[in-house]
Amino acid sequence: MSNIPNELRYVASHEWIRDEGDGTVTIGITDHAQDLLGDVVFVELPEVGDNVSSGDDMGVVESVKAASDVYAPLSGEVVAVNEDLEESPELVNSDPYGDGWFIRLRLSDVAELDDLLDADGYAEHCESES
Amino acid sequence: MGNKTILYTQHVAMGAKMVDFGGWDMPLHYGSQVEEHHRVRQQSGMFDVSHMTVVDVTGSDARDYLRRLLCNDVARLKQKGKALYSAMLHEQGGVIDDLIVYLMTEPGVSGEWYRVVVNCATREKDLRWMSDQVMKMDVALTEQPDLAMIAIQGPQAIDQVKSVLSPFRQNLIDQLKPFQGQESEGWFIARTGYTGEDGLEIMLPDDEAEAFWQLLAEAGVSPCGLGARDTLRLEAGMNLYGQDMDETVSPLVSNMGWVVAWEPSDRFFVGREPLEAEKTAGVKFKLVGLAMETGKGVLRQGQTVVIDEENQGYITSGGFSPTLGYAVALARVPFATGDEAEVEMRGKRVKVRVVKPPFVRNGQKVYS
Repeated sequence: MSNIPNELRYVASHEWIRDEGDGTVTIGITDHAQDLLGDVVFVELPEVGDNVSSGDDMGVVESVKAASDVYAPLSGEVVAVNEDLEESPELVNSDPYGDGWFIRLRLSDVAELDDLLDADGYAEHCESES
Repeated sequence: MGNKTILYTQHVAMGAKMVDFGGWDMPLHYGSQVEEHHRVRQQSGMFDVSHMTVVDVTGSDARDYLRRLLCNDVARLKQKGKALYSAMLHEQGGVIDDLIVYLMTEPGVSGEWYRVVVNCATREKDLRWMSDQVMKMDVALTEQPDLAMIAIQGPQAIDQVKSVLSPFRQNLIDQLKPFQGQESEGWFIARTGYTGEDGLEIMLPDDEAEAFWQLLAEAGVSPCGLGARDTLRLEAGMNLYGQDMDETVSPLVSNMGWVVAWEPSDRFFVGREPLEAEKTAGVKFKLVGLAMETGKGVLRQGQTVVIDEENQGYITSGGFSPTLGYAVALARVPFATGDEAEVEMRGKRVKVRVVKPPFVRNGQKVYS
């Protein structure tokens, strides 16, 4: 069973969201997602300053197995991207909830947070896909 | 539920992610296929390849049978244990399967014994074809399903294998030239592989395989799965049946022209006539290497290769090369293709260099 931390929120497309409490969130892909992908070899992310809307594809993860779109789980402005992934994409595999984070977003509508899945909801979703 | 090799419980115990491969439950990786890839290039790794099909060919017509069945010529095998890479073609010249054939006895003796190793996904059609081609010849085909096969590959592989074997077998390994094997009390130890590194492929009785696998692990050989096996062979420019060639293409458009023995010109082999006609008419395509040296992204099987407005090709195998740090591929393209092309990747075109495989041998980049 993959690791699904309780303190995070999730979307069905396998991104996790951490509410930083200051109107920003940090976003990455889940342990389950990285396990399905296998070794990650490239990550393409949006740039700082880009605006994304919830559901947009905002990047690509290329693994040894396949290329997968990464979807913006929420709407807002990108305020930081994880530049370490340029040199060390394997962080997505080794530490998906920590050093393997993707971007930080300043939310345009904090109410969107209410639409996210909690850990139990996401676990059920993974279960239903398998 | 698929077939399981004798090493199945070892794989599960070592944390392998198991996948279906040609009806067999095989390890994809034991954690990270990229790390396993690097281990083979830098130290050593071992692969369970027991799913492959081993067929012994014996009888007074064994040699004539194989000279007719295979596009490469077993008459080139001049030494006991020598191996030959070859293919079986059908009457239209398409590739039924690629294979390795070993001469198990001294050459020239009556009643020669050959050992043929074919792919597992093609087992049934291969056996049917081989059987049909016997016709009235004195040939016996004997499958060896009770042999396990372990490939140990990498710069340290041979030393590590020797460290767990008897002095007799150590000495036997020391005598092996590349592409040669020898028997030893039910084992067949060959200096062959599918990675572009030095190493051994060892066939041994099922009931000795687990103990040997464990000894190798204790000696520091890393278990490696099919994921690393695929990226290693791709870097080494070695074809994978079903991707880089199949029944719809000839060896001449599959970078396998060197596997066709045209001489002696009076040797008949199945598929010879259409190949000769193809050669006379001018071969239309070729299988080349593609290297995506700049930009992000991974070349994948099925992507279109654009040469110019009128000419296109397609990727037969693609992937990320862990040794080089960028994507490489094998692609079938028009014969006149030069040294540059573009690949359609996720809605855009990216530039690639067209090169001659292999990409990597013995841990080093070798193409230019």
